[in-house]
Amino acid sequence: MEKFKTVISTVVPLPISDVDTDQIIPARFLKATTRDGFGDNLFRDWRYNVDGTPKSDFVLNQDTYSGEILVAGKNFGSGSSREHAAWAIYDYGFKVVVSSFFADIFKNNSLNNGLLPVQVSEEFLQSIFDKVETDPSVKLKVELEPQTISIEGTGESEHFEIGEYKKTCLLNGYDDIDYILNNKDKILEYEKNSIQF
Amino acid sequence: MGKTLFEKVWDKHVVSSIDDSTDILYIDKHFIHEVTSPQAFAGLEKRGIGVLRPEKTVATPDHNVPTINQHLPIGEALSAKQVAKLTENCQKHGINLYGLQHPFHGIVHIIGPELGITQPGMTIVCGDSHTSTHGAFGTIAFGIGTSEVEEVLATQCLLQSKPKTMKIQIDGELAKGVLSKDIILYIISQISSSGGTGYFVEYCGSAIRSLSMEARMTICNMSIEMGARGGMIAPDETTFEYVKGKEFAPKGESFDKAVAYWKTLYSDEDAVFDKELYFDAAEIEPMVTYGTNPGMGIKITGKIPELETIVANNQKSFLKSLDYMGFKPGEALKGKPINWVFIGSCTNARIEDLRMVADFIKGKKKADSINALVIPGSKQVEKQAKEEGLDKILEEAGFKLREPGCSACLGMNEDKVPRGEYCISTSNRNFEGRQGPGARTILASPLMAAAAAIEGKITDIRELV
Ligand code: SF4
Repeated sequence: MEKFKTVISTVVPLPISDVDTDQIIPARFLKATTRDGFGDNLFRDWRYNVDGTPKSDFVLNQDTYSGEILVAGKNFGSGSSREHAAWAIYDYGFKVVVSSFFADIFKNNSLNNGLLPVQVSEEFLQSIFDKVETDPSVKLKVELEPQTISIEGTGESEHFEIGEYKKTCLLNGYDDIDYILNNKDKILEYEKNSIQF
Repeated sequence: MGKTLFEKVWDKHVVSSIDDSTDILYIDKHFIHEVTSPQAFAGLEKRGIGVLRPEKTVATPDHNVPTINQHLPIGEALSAKQVAKLTENCQKHGINLYGLQHPFHGIVHIIGPELGITQPGMTIVCGDSHTSTHGAFGTIAFGIGTSEVEEVLATQCLLQSKPKTMKIQIDGELAKGVLSKDIILYIISQISSSGGTGYFVEYCGSAIRSLSMEARMTICNMSIEMGARGGMIAPDETTFEYVKGKEFAPKGESFDKAVAYWKTLYSDEDAVFDKELYFDAAEIEPMVTYGTNPGMGIKITGKIPELETIVANNQKSFLKSLDYMGFKPGEALKGKPINWVFIGSCTNARIEDLRMVADFIKGKKKADSINALVIPGSKQVEKQAKEEGLDKILEEAGFKLREPGCSACLGMNEDKVPRGEYCISTSNRNFEGRQGPGARTILASPLMAAAAAIEGKITDIRELV
């Protein structure tokens, strides 16, 4: 996993709530056996017509918006546990997803792939949507160390939550498996002392 | 202070604690399938490590397998490759695989319970969100991503933050024609598809107690559809009876010893939940969904909400959803013509579901306009259905019993609902395109699906039983 560094970027707004993982990456694209290339089919059915031509009204197909930060409506990433959803978003080039609410599994999957889910208040989210609608060049700054997200040039800023452990992992680019394997003696100890199914 | 069922099982599995909210949790059983595991095995390879406890993982290909001619090589190249990769990975690491045509083959969440692999008090995970199904046995069971699949393969453990607990109590008696699927669709319609996020649910109350194991599994299965990490039900005599004698269940003295332990798995009187919800079973009617998430459900006698009743922030999504479905605010669904019926998935493709459907359609014929798919949840269900002659009843009514797999639940194989067409489905997700690009899904119980198949339109099952 890559180390997470501060992101300062314009954003891609997706003001839709309950975006589920079937929309992020439809099941028919899950047949790969590697982690690469899922970005091509990110939001496939919202992004392309049946004949494969881009839908001009979808935000990823508009020149107006681009950047490393995806900002989406409430309850982002619900549904399936497919990690392919996080892979697709990351592969497309996003480093941060902002929403007022995330589904649990999606949040875990993102954190395990160096994609930072930033949960903000409903008001702050609305404020981002409003600002970028009037001026698409508005930038957000996301800093992990102090856990802050701010709208550049406006003084608007919010603190976001992340567990201490996960934060350390992201900042240093290491993952759970490294951590647990360093505690292997504890696993063996547990196995000795507990009921084994 | 007493403990909740969840806390009892969780605490027993803590290998060590990292901080206030994060533990290394030991995993008793791990299920894997062809779609979310290949990258996990590749990850192990990259690290140069193996599988720590291969005997605790069970594999089966279910998500993208065809549901006809399973004895032939898989036609679709990419699916064939994923299934071959699973076989190869299992052989290499000594993992038990129930492949196509194996008598134990089937959808992961169907075979675990029916083989007695799923037992009360366990921790169970799988790279699939409907792992919550196994919670019906009083297990902590939840879906994980592929990095976590790799983590369990490598360490038999998972780093997890402890969710909050929620009690959902349903008391009273269900009316005729109302099934456990209606209970869960009703609850989700009340608390929304994100109402359970951050929680692990325990279902209790007299309405839950009176349900069979299979009906309980349907409820726990859909816990994830309210956003909950999982859902569980305290084991009781119904549970012990079900587990007894199953292939991998403990036998003889070990079984008695196990039962003695399982009997300690309940929430203490004075246990405290972070949230409690109460429902009356008598309030529940057969349910149908009208939108594109499982929280968008109404009673069959109800109407789609009017736009004004939807909170401002959600109106755009609400309209987008209705536009996709081809419905209007304020409309009723009863009487709407449909032309696809899907009876299958880990929610409702167990033998009881097929029996119920067969019992209802016996002597009737499906409407001409209907395409019906009946996909058993496992090879065992298929075999049992044939032994009981259910396949004949289905055939006479114009349905065909196929071979097991996830099928049109997620449309990864050939079984898809065509663009723009309506399908009444016993599965668990009505997301856009879930059953095929452009497909329009209406979630309902197996009886409601069967009734719609006979009438060719959405029907209140209670008028037919
Ligand atoms: S039947 Fe559907 S919900 Fe169940 S495991 Fe298969 S794809 Fe997932």
